[in-house]
Order: sequence, then C-alpha cells, then structure tokens
Amino acid sequence: MKKFAALIKTLDSTNKTNTKVQALADYFDTANDEDKLWTIAILSHRRPPRPVNTTLLREWATELAGIPLWLFEESYHIVGDLAETIALIIPDGKEPSEKSLSEFLDDMIHLKSKDDVEKKAYLHKNWRVLDYYERFVFNKLMTGGFRIGVSQKLMTRALSKSTSIDEDILAYKLMGNWSPKKTTFEALILKENPSDYISKPYPFYLAYAIEGEVKNLGAVTDWYAEHKWDGIRSQVIIRQDELFVWSRGEELVTDKYPEFQKLIGVVPNGTVIDGEILPFPDGKIGTFNDLQTRIGRKTVSKSLLAKKPVILKAYDILEWEGEDIRTKSFSERRKILGALYDRVKKDIAVMHLSETMTFDSWESMAKERERSREVHSEGLMLKRKDSPYLVGRKKGDWWKWKVDPLTIDAVLTYAMRGHGRRSNLFTDYTFALWDEKEFGEKELVTFAKAYSGLTDAEFREVDKFIKANTLERFGPVRSVTPELVFEIAFEGIALSKRHKSGVATRFPRILRWRKDKKIAEANSLDDLKQMIV
Amino acid sequence: MNPPLLVFNEKGIYCAQADVYLDPWKPVDKAIITHGHADHSRWGHQRYITHHTNVPIIKHRLGQINVTGKEWGDTFKVNGVTFSLHPAGHIIGSSQVRVEYQGEVWVFTGDYKTEDDSLAVPYEPIKCHTFITECTFGLPAFKWTPQQQVMANINEWWAENKSEGRCSILFGYSLGKAQRLLKHLDPSIGQIFTHGAIENITQVIRPMANMPSTTLVTKETKKEDFKGAIVLAPPSAHGSTWIRKMVPYVTASASGWMTFRGARRRRAIDKGFVLSDHCDWNGLLQSIEATGAEKVIATHGYTDIFSRYLGELGYDARTEKTQFEGEQAEIETAKETTATE
Ligand SMILES: [Zn+2]
Repeated sequence: MKKFAALIKTLDSTNKTNTKVQALADYFDTANDEDKLWTIAILSHRRPPRPVNTTLLREWATELAGIPLWLFEESYHIVGDLAETIALIIPDGKEPSEKSLSEFLDDMIHLKSKDDVEKKAYLHKNWRVLDYYERFVFNKLMTGGFRIGVSQKLMTRALSKSTSIDEDILAYKLMGNWSPKKTTFEALILKENPSDYISKPYPFYLAYAIEGEVKNLGAVTDWYAEHKWDGIRSQVIIRQDELFVWSRGEELVTDKYPEFQKLIGVVPNGTVIDGEILPFPDGKIGTFNDLQTRIGRKTVSKSLLAKKPVILKAYDILEWEGEDIRTKSFSERRKILGALYDRVKKDIAVMHLSETMTFDSWESMAKERERSREVHSEGLMLKRKDSPYLVGRKKGDWWKWKVDPLTIDAVLTYAMRGHGRRSNLFTDYTFALWDEKEFGEKELVTFAKAYSGLTDAEFREVDKFIKANTLERFGPVRSVTPELVFEIAFEGIALSKRHKSGVATRFPRILRWRKDKKIAEANSLDDLKQMIV
Repeated sequence: MNPPLLVFNEKGIYCAQADVYLDPWKPVDKAIITHGHADHSRWGHQRYITHHTNVPIIKHRLGQINVTGKEWGDTFKVNGVTFSLHPAGHIIGSSQVRVEYQGEVWVFTGDYKTEDDSLAVPYEPIKCHTFITECTFGLPAFKWTPQQQVMANINEWWAENKSEGRCSILFGYSLGKAQRLLKHLDPSIGQIFTHGAIENITQVIRPMANMPSTTLVTKETKKEDFKGAIVLAPPSAHGSTWIRKMVPYVTASASGWMTFRGARRRRAIDKGFVLSDHCDWNGLLQSIEATGAEKVIATHGYTDIFSRYLGELGYDARTEKTQFEGEQAEIETAKETTATE
C-alpha cells in the first residue's frame, strides 16, 4: 500500500501527462504482479463491491474525529469528495502499513460479509495508523469510483511503456468482464488467450466536434452524413449464441435491455454492431428523458419494458462472420450491415438502421442538419466513406456536426458553494423563468441548474453578489435576491413530470452573463415550452 | 444596558464611544489598521494608526498617508476607551486590536495564525470578554503541518527539480507568504529569483528581517540562469507570458487551500504545499479558549459553520458580515501590486 499511495502522491504532484505516465510505468516496472493487476483493475473502474455503505463510513469517521455529524456533512460538501474528507478530518497516523495493495483489497472483499462491529473495528484500526495518502487511497478503495485524475487511457499508455505491448492491444485486453480475483497479470496482460474473447467489445471510435467550416472537409461526395442520435452509444455482440451489450463507458449493460435477446438466433454468431440505444415510446424515437428511467435500473419490470421500450439504431458493423472487419472502409462495412438488416428486419423490430445520407452540396447537407431537432437528433455525424473504424477519439475521418444549442435568458435564484478549488465560492447556480399567472401576475419558477460557463473573474463577481444579497440559507444553499440575468444554453428539451417547471433540459450551462438585462426582460416558462418540438 | 462596544456598520467595525474604526472598508476619519493586506488596509482614511513595523508596508501600498506607529502593548485612550495593539503572527507587522471601556474588553484579531513563522512576532492570546475572530480555515478539514516540515519539503522539491535541470516556480502572495517562503528557502541549493511585485515589497521588509538575497527577474535575465533556480512569483503570474522564459519549469503553490486536491488540480499547478498564514481548525479553537471569551463573533471565512460549532461548545457565538476576504484577498493583493507597477 505504501508503494501505491506513493504512486498516487506522485501523480498528484504533477500536472504534466508525460510525468504521470512515467510515474505509472515506473510503478508497473517494480510492483508485484498481484498489485499490478489490482492497480489496472482500480484505474479501469473495476473495484470490489463496496464493503461498507457510505452512511456508516461517515458515522464511524465522525466518531473517530470527535466532531458532530452535521459538521462532517458540511465539510464533505465543501471538500466535495468523501474519501478525501474522511482522510482530512481524521488525526494523522504514525506507523505506515506494511500490507500490500492486494492484501488490503482481499481484506475488503472479506469485510463485506462481516458484521458492523467487525467492520467498524477494521476501519478504525486502519484509519488510526495510516498516514494521509494511505488513508486517502484506503478510503477511495472503500468508497469506490477511483477517480483521481488518471484516465484509463493514460494508465494503458504507461502499461504499454512497461510491457512493450501495443496500446491498442492492451485496450482490447482490458475490456470486458474480468476480475483480478479470477485472472492473473500473466494471463490477462501477457498471454494470448482467444477463448476469453467471447464477451469482449472493440474500443469505440469517437469523433471530435467539427472545427471551422464544413466545406473545408473537401468534396461532399467523399462523405456520408447520419443523424447523431441522442441515446446510449453501445456495442451489441452476438457470439456462440450469447448476447453482450456494452455501453460506451465500457460497462456491460446486457441485463438492462432484455429486448435485445431477440437478436440471438436471428443475427448470426460472430457479429458485433455499433449503434445507439434509443427510447422508442409509441413507435417513434423519444427524448433522452424517456431513457432516464431505463438507465438507472439494473433489471427491468414487464410494465416498464412496455411503457419505455428501446430500440437499437445500428451505425456500423465491426465484426462479421467472426472476423474483425474494422479495417474495411465505412462504405463496405455499411454494405454488409445493410444486407444483414434487410435479411432480419421482418423478424426483429428492435433493430433499426441509422440512415446514411449523401448530398450533392454542403448547403443541402446543412439543410438536413437544420431538421435535427424535429427528428430528435443532436445534429449530424459526418463519416468519410473510405474510413476504417479507429480506436478512441481521433480527428480526420469522423466529425460531429451538432446543431447550435437552444438558449434562454433566466434569473439566478439560488446558489450553492462549488467543489474543490471553488469550494469557497458560490458557483453552483439555480435559474428560474417567469411563470405568468392570472391577472398579469408573474412569479419565478426554477427550471435548471448550471455550474459552468463563466470565467474565474465572473464567478468571483457573482460570488460577491451572492454573499451580499443572500435572502435565506437552507444548509449549504442560499436563496438570493433575483437581480442577475444569464443566458443559459442547453442541448435538448422535453416535458417532464419530475421537474417543478414541467420541463427537463439537457446539459444546461451558462453561455454568458447578460449584464445588459433586467430581470423583467428574462424569458418565461412559456417561451421555454415553445421550444419543445 | 450600554450599547455594544463595537458594532459592524456599513463602513467597518466601529467603536462609537471613541469614534474609531477598525480595518474600515470605506473612508473614515480615524482607522486602526491590523495589517497590510488590501482587504484590511484601504485607501482614503484621514488618520491611520497601526503597529510601527506595518507603517513602511502600508505606506508602500497607499502612498502618502497620515499614519502613527505604535509599539506592542502601548495603550492609547480616546474618549475614555483604551486601545492597544498585540501581535497576531499573521504577517510581519500584523496586530490584534484590544479595546477596553469601563472594564469590558473586546479583541479583534484581524488575520492571525498561531504558529511562529520566525518572521512575524508570534501570536499572543489576549484575555477578553468578546473575541472577534476570522475563520478563513474554520473547518476540521484544515490541519497544518509544522512549517519546518513544509519548508523541508519545499527545499527538497526545489533540489529535485534542479537535479532534473528544471526551474522551480513557487507561487505565494506578495506580502507575507513570499517573505515567509524566502526566509526559509535554502540558498545553498541555487539562485533565488523574484517577480517585481514580490521584490518591491521584500525590499520594504528587508530592514526589519534577515532573509536570503534575491535577484529580480528582468528582461535581461538569461534563459540559462533559470535552470535549477527557484522563482518566487505571485499567483497572478501563473499562466502569464512572464513565465515562458523559464521553460522547462515545474510549478507549485504554497497556500492553505492546497489542502484540497481539487484546488491544485484545477489551478493547473503541479504541486501544492499546504502553508497558510491563518489559523487551522485547532489553532482557532485553542486561541478562542485561551482568550477566556464568552462571546465570539466570527467574521470572514466559514463563519456560519464555525459559529454553529462554537455554539455547541457553549460559546455565545454569532457571525457578522465584513468585507474581509482571507487568503483569497491576499491573492488579489498580489494582482493589485502587479497592476500598479
Ligand atoms: Zn491578511
């Protein structure tokens, strides 16, 4: 653990990617195989199940620190990270631990089945002795979601540096459903093992947003355009009569979408399709809001399945007849996908084909883009006809050409402290729009939260305003005198019963501070509802 | 019942009996100033009273002002109210203000820290009935490591960067932090450069403190000279073209905010050293206890949280709104100084 904590400390002491990669590579060169494997697992978000729930963690940490629980909660709100908060409030330990990372993880796996008395004793014992960084890492392992500013890609690069195995091959080996308890560093990383590959997806090819003018991309005839659907980018794998559905976050989500089981036996084995899972209520493409209820559930009830059905909009085919065809051109791959679709469409309604469109001019393509909101897409995807299927986010062959965001002028009504660096500033805002009542009366109704889009100087200025114009305090939240108007941008909009305003917006963010506007000039809820197509 | 000895009005902390303000934020007639940071010593007062070691510092910042310097513990009476200044340990020349009238004693801390940084005269707890305290770092998450250890880490970091042929750029606000860092840098490692904003104020302080010698970064400074050297710069210099000449460099910041991992990451600084000129959580609690005060007024910082906790400990605690900004303002001071060059 000492060594792993030292690694995290080193990673924390630099802002330079190359230094981080070097530190990780040095670690991979010197750590033992079990620790290496666990490190890979943790940095690719495969951790053992959480042995203690966070409520208990907070209570027990608070007890050891000798402070009231509310004070812990306030501190947590300001620090923004549970593991870090616990590490900070507990008095510093004296003796470093001699246990290795994998021994600690073994402990945690066994701890899950122990009773609360034993769990608490284990935590208190370790909290008392570990120093700050060890304690932080220990808590991170306990609370899960080991996000420490080291991406899986960066880790893969370091591993490649240490093992001399190609980065793309490593990315492939690291995908899928493996556990450090069931494999070894040797087997997972070093050895070729084809039978393991049945569930393994391919790394996704991701596109950048287009820069500058589309016509700079050359001849329009070299390109296909497709609508950019707003669902869950996924890979559907059919091999050896089994189905696997992977989301872009490299998460296996097969159980969440049982409707795709129908593909087995119809789509031949040895097929991998890249597509988008889309909500399909009432026989047409819905909004992202329709999908929200499905995303949250691990398993789905029959009624939810009937109320919120999904389809797969197929974009691409990566494997066909058991063969990796990613190096074939996009148009060849689409030909294969099209033929497959024609053959199976009468048997399975759950798979749709994302239409590839060709245009004789960039202008006519731009016209199609203008239609995006009507068809519930986010804009267009441009794909070069002769492009192979690449790994990761690459420039050149694929581009996103999204529609401009929707915007509305709204009034700042509530504020909360930000996290981390901004923890002493109020930077998380709630915005409201006018709701017109009878007899010409108006009131402000909350419609969205946003916390990005202003410069540091602007955030400081707004913060000053908030501190000087607080009306009421509700724990960490303050209501403020409605006075400031901001232009809020968002990607999509849908009616929603879960929101007070009756409307849900997608990815709201602050576009700019409208210092030129008074609150009476802010938009109304009706203006917002007009935007729903 | 008598009105309170000190009240918080729109101009500052006010003693009506003496018609004197403490660290006022709007122009007033008579102002007692705790220390030289911009949020505590502002322009435009008719008369300034402060500790004599703070006189050259505020004159440097505010130009020609009518200022009287006092010695620690010297009492002066205004209309029956007795005032005296006592060391606050925050930065060189920083004081607490003791105010006594008809047997009732109030103490206003300004900014303060409990650790002896061997530059400022160390903080002394003063017995009082009502204690007006800052609480910039009034959360149990803030616990300072002893200065000796932090400075050893900084020197080690510098030496390591030097061995890799890099320049070390260390950010700290110009007045106070920069001199504290300078005082404890190990000049045997290499050359110590300063940004203009820091050099100016350091020159003002040199007659009062023994510190390693520094070299001002100028247009003429050669790129090679930065190799292995350390550069002390105000936080505002980060991201400016000024530091380009120092490539290859590694950056670090010395501040209490570096406690938070996110603070360092989001400022895009390589390394964070937790070093503050304010009290940490325990420092605040111990200081308050040592004053014997029953009433505590929390001014700037996490005031709501801190005073609620004091309430649970049995103090009669409340918060008051001021325009003091703690370490945030000290960063602004650095900017200001840069701008006026
Ligand atoms: Zn100060």
